[in-house]
Amino acid sequence: MASGMQEKQYTPSLLNFFIYNPTFGPREGEEEKKILFYHPSDVEKNEKIRNVGLCEAIVQFTRTFCPTKPAKSLHTQKNRQFFFEPEDNFWIVMVVRNPMIEKPNKDGKPPTVEYQEEEILVSTERYSSTSLFNGTFGRAMEAGGVELLIQKLEKFFYRYLQTLHLQSCDLLDVFGGISFFPLDKMTYLKIQSFVNRVEESLSLIKYTAFLYNDQLIWSGLEQDDMRILYKYLTTSLFPRHSEPELAGRDSPLRPEVAGNLLHYGRFLTGPTNLKDPEAKFRFPKIFVSTEDGYEELHLIVYKAMSAAACFMISASVELTRDFCEQLDGLVGPQLTLLASDICEQFTVNRRISGPEKEPQFKFIYFNHMNLAEKSTIHMRKTASVCLTSVHPDLMKILGDINCDFARVDEDEEIIVKAMTDYWVVGKKSDQRELYVILNQKNANLIEVNEEVKRLCATQFNNIFFLD
Amino acid sequence: MSEEHYLELCENPVQFEHASSVNNVFFDEANKQVFAVRSGGATGVVVKGPDDKSSVAFRMDDKGEVKCIKFSIGNKILAVQRTLKSVTKNASVLGFCWTNWNEIVFITDQGIEFYQVFPDKRSLKLLKSQSINVNWYQYCPETTVILLSTTVQGNVLQPFAFRNGTMCKMSKFEIELPVVPKPAKLSLSERDIAMATIYGQLFVMYLKHHSRTANSPSAEVVLYHLPREGACKKTHVLKLNTTGKFALNIVDNLVVVHHQSTQTSLIFDIKLKEPDSAVNMHQPVLPARSIHPYRIPLAGPAVVPSQPPVPCQLYSSSWSVFQPDIIISASEGYLWYLQVKLPPAVILLQDKGKLMDFLLRRRDCKMVILSVCSQSTGEKGSLPVVATVFDKLNQVYKEYLEAEQTYTAAMESGPSRGSAAQKRPVRTQAVIDQSDMYTHVLSSFTERKGVSHKFIIAVLMEYIRSLNQFQITVQHYLYELVIKTLVQHNLFYMLHQFLQYHVLSDSKPLACLLLSLESTYPPAHQLSLDMLKRLSTANDEIVEVLLSKQQVLGALRFIRSVGGHDNVSSRKFLDAARQTGDQMLFYTVFRSFQQRNQRLRGSPSFNPGEHCEEHVVHFKQLFGDQALMKPSTV
Repeated sequence: MASGMQEKQYTPSLLNFFIYNPTFGPREGEEEKKILFYHPSDVEKNEKIRNVGLCEAIVQFTRTFCPTKPAKSLHTQKNRQFFFEPEDNFWIVMVVRNPMIEKPNKDGKPPTVEYQEEEILVSTERYSSTSLFNGTFGRAMEAGGVELLIQKLEKFFYRYLQTLHLQSCDLLDVFGGISFFPLDKMTYLKIQSFVNRVEESLSLIKYTAFLYNDQLIWSGLEQDDMRILYKYLTTSLFPRHSEPELAGRDSPLRPEVAGNLLHYGRFLTGPTNLKDPEAKFRFPKIFVSTEDGYEELHLIVYKAMSAAACFMISASVELTRDFCEQLDGLVGPQLTLLASDICEQFTVNRRISGPEKEPQFKFIYFNHMNLAEKSTIHMRKTASVCLTSVHPDLMKILGDINCDFARVDEDEEIIVKAMTDYWVVGKKSDQRELYVILNQKNANLIEVNEEVKRLCATQFNNIFFLD
Repeated sequence: MSEEHYLELCENPVQFEHASSVNNVFFDEANKQVFAVRSGGATGVVVKGPDDKSSVAFRMDDKGEVKCIKFSIGNKILAVQRTLKSVTKNASVLGFCWTNWNEIVFITDQGIEFYQVFPDKRSLKLLKSQSINVNWYQYCPETTVILLSTTVQGNVLQPFAFRNGTMCKMSKFEIELPVVPKPAKLSLSERDIAMATIYGQLFVMYLKHHSRTANSPSAEVVLYHLPREGACKKTHVLKLNTTGKFALNIVDNLVVVHHQSTQTSLIFDIKLKEPDSAVNMHQPVLPARSIHPYRIPLAGPAVVPSQPPVPCQLYSSSWSVFQPDIIISASEGYLWYLQVKLPPAVILLQDKGKLMDFLLRRRDCKMVILSVCSQSTGEKGSLPVVATVFDKLNQVYKEYLEAEQTYTAAMESGPSRGSAAQKRPVRTQAVIDQSDMYTHVLSSFTERKGVSHKFIIAVLMEYIRSLNQFQITVQHYLYELVIKTLVQHNLFYMLHQFLQYHVLSDSKPLACLLLSLESTYPPAHQLSLDMLKRLSTANDEIVEVLLSKQQVLGALRFIRSVGGHDNVSSRKFLDAARQTGDQMLFYTVFRSFQQRNQRLRGSPSFNPGEHCEEHVVHFKQLFGDQALMKPSTV
C-alpha cells in the first residue's frame, strides 16, 4: 500500500465473450457461421475466427485426455479462458484479463508488469440466466432457426454483459445463493395463507414467489429456477425500480381504487399505470424446468412497499387488462397489509435483539442445501456496485479458501493470518461453509479458534454445525 | 324439502288418556307430569311423567270438580284445588305452586302466601305473605321464580324468588305496551308472557303483537333479562316479520316461535350478533319451516301390523305449548318434547361463519360440525371459508384448553380456600380438537381423489395457521400428514422451506421421519440433524446418525462438544471406525479412547465391561504392541 503512489493496479477485466457452435460451419471458408455471438462486436472478422478456432482446438485437444470431462478453463500468464458447453455443441467462452500490477522502474526502463496469480471467481450463472429468459438454444433453433437464435443472443447478452462487473465479483457471486428473510412462524403462515388464497382465486397463476426487502420468503418454483430468478430480481429488476421509490414519487397512495381500499401495490413488470388507456399488458417471459423439459411463463412482479410477489402464469395465456385489474384489486390491499405486518415484526425483533454493536468479526455463511447465504460483510449488493466493508485483499483470501474447499469432500477448517492484524477462518461442515474475518491484534491461533467457536454458538446454535 | 325441517317432535311421546267429558287433563310444569283425572278422581287418577319412575296411578274421593292438581317435588305430597274461593279469606285462589318437596306458594287475586307443609301433623305453617293485587301469575320451576301481573293494565310485573324457605321480592318492571288503552283495562295477557332460562339466564319473553295504531307492522318477541339481583332490562328484540297467533318454546337455548296460520316455526339465537342492526335486534336464524311431519304410532298390543301410522295434525288449535320445550295435544292424549335437528341448518344457512357460530352453541353439534368441515374442504370449498371455519373451531377449542389449564394449575397449587369453587371445565361437543379433525376430516381428505394437491396442502397449512394463531400446540401427526402429502407429490423444496421457517415444529418423531426421506431427498439428512440438534435432548441419536454415515470423527467431535465424551460407549465408536477400513482413522479413535481412559481411571486400558478386547487385538495387529499407549507414571 505504501508504494501505491507509484504502482498502477489493474483489476480483472473482460476481454472477449463469445458463443459458437462448431457444427454450423464445418467447412473451410464458412468459419464465420459458427459464431453466434461475439463481444466486443467491433473486433475484426478474422480475429474472431482465429479466437474461436483456438478455443475449438483447445477443447478438442484436451478431450483426448479425458473424453467425459472437457477442459473448463485455461490459465495463461496474461489471461484466463473459461469454456462452458451448456448444450451439445453450443459453447460459451469468456476470456478475462488477469489483474496485474504495473511497477514503474526507476531508470526509465519500461514498467515491469506483474500478473497476479489468483483465483478469478466466475460462475456458470450466465447460461442459467440465458435459459431463464430464452429457454434453451435448441428450442430457439426449432422456433426460428439460427437467425432467431442470434437475434435473441444479441438482445440478451448485450444487456447482460453490462451488468457483469468482474472487478466486484466476490465469494457471493460464486455461491449464487439466496438471502432469506428471517421471519417468525406466525407471519410466515400468514404469507402462506395469502399466497394460497391468491392462487386459488386467480387460478391462472401457476407459481408464486414472495420476497421482502430483496430477501426471499417463499418460492413456489423449484430451487434451481428460483436461484436464477432471485439473481435477476435482486441484481437487475429491483435496483432499476429502487431509485424512484426512494425519491417517493412512484408509490402514491391510491385512493381512487374502488371499495376504499387504499394500497401501495404496483406492477414492476407489465403496465406502469393501470389507468392509462394505452397501457400494454406485456410481461417478460421466463423459462423454468419441469419434470419433462421446460415451460414458458409470464413473469408478473407486483410490489407493495418492501414486499414483492412474483406471479408466474403460463405463456400460452394472453394476459388482459381485466386480469391485471383483478390482480391489482385483490393483491394490492392484502400485500400492503402484509408488508406492514412484516415491517412491524421486523422492527420488534430488532428492538428485542438490542442496539447493534459493531461486532469484532464479520462473516459469510452459505448452505449448499438450500442455497441460503448470509453476509455481514456486504452492506448492500446492487447491480453496479458491491459495497463490502472489508479490504479487497481479504475478500481474495476468502475466494482462495473457497477454492480449497471445493477440491475436497471432507469437512475441514482453514485458518489464515492475513496482513494488517486480520485473521481469516474458513470452516466447512457437511454442506455448509462459513468464512469469518476477525480483527484482533495479537491474538494467537488458540484464541482465534475459541472466538470462532463462540461465534458459532451464538449465531448458528440452531443448526448442526460441527466445531 | 323434507331435509329442511329443522324442528321435530320427539319419537317417544308421553301418552295419556285424552281429554273428554269424563276425563279432565292437567299439566304440572314443575314436574312435567300429566294428570288424567277420571270423574273427579273417583274412578282413578293416572299421572304420567317424562319417565316411568314419575308415573303413578291412584284413586281419591270425588269431593267436587278438580281445578288444579300437583305433586310436590319428588311426588311427596299431592295438592288438589277444587274451588275458586279460599276458606279463610274472601279472595279468589288463582293457583298454587310447589317450590320444594314441602313448600307451597298460593297465589290469590290479593297476594301471595308462602307455606311450609308438615305432612305428619297435616298442618301448614305460614312462612311469608305479601298483599298485592294480582291479575294472573306465571311460574318458572327451573329457577323457582313466580311472576305476578299487577296494576289495572296488568303490565307491571312483580317477580318473587323462592329458595330454602325464603321468599325474596325481586325488582318489578314494566312491559311497554304497544297501545295504552283508555280507559285503562287489563291489556297484558297471560298468554303473551313466558319465562325461560336461555344460556343460563332467566328471561321474561313478551310476545308483542302488531298494532295498527302504533308504528309496528309486524309482531316481535321482546326479551327482558331478569337477573337474581339488580334491575330487569329489556335486552333483545326478535323480529317475526309477520302477524297472527304465535306460541313460544325454548329448545337448546334457541327461542322457537310457532306461527299457527302459516303452520311454520322460526328459531332465534340471542347470541348470534346481527352485523348491521342496532343493539340486539335479531332476525330468524333460518327461514320459516314447519315442524317435521309426524305420524302417530298406533301403540299397544292391539295394533294391527299392517295398519299404517296416522299423520298427526301439526299446529292444531288443540295444542298447548309449555316451557321450555313441551307441546301437548290434550284431545289426542300426547305430550311431546320439541327437538332441533341440526343437519338442515347446514343446507339452509349459506354463510358458513354464521353457521359455525350457530352450531358451536348447540348441544349435539360435533358430528354436524365435522361434516361442515368435510364439506367445506370438498370440491366446492374455498380457502377463505375454510379459514373462517377453522378459526371459529379453534377459538372454542382454545377457550376450553385455557379453562382446563387454569383448573389444573389451581388443583396443583393445592386446595386453598378460594379454589373450592373451582369446577373442572365441562368439555362440550363444540370442543373439536386436533385428533377429531385428523380422524374425521383431514386424514380422509388428503386421500380423496379429484382434489388438487395444491388445495390439500393449502387446507392443511390453513389449519396449522389457525392453531398457531390461537397459540395451540400443534400435534406432530398433523405435521406428518403435511410431510406425507408433500412427499407424495414430490414437493420437497416446499417441505424444505417449511422446515427452514420452523413451521413444522421440531420433535424426535419428525426428525426420524426426515431421516427416512434421505434416500429420495438427500437434504433431508441435514434438516434432520439440525432438528435433533435444536431438540438438545437427542445427542445419542445424532451420534447414531453420524456413525451410520461413517462420520466417526464428526461423531467424536460432536459428543465432545456437548460434554458427553466420558459416557459414550467406546466399542460403538471403534466398531464404526474399523468398519470404514481406514486404518489411520481407527488409530486416531483408538488412541482418543485410551486417552479418555487414562484421564478417567488413570490407566489407558479398556475395562472388561467395555468389550473392546477384539479391537485391542486388531490395533496390535495393525500397529504393534509398542503403539499402545503406556500407563503414564506420575
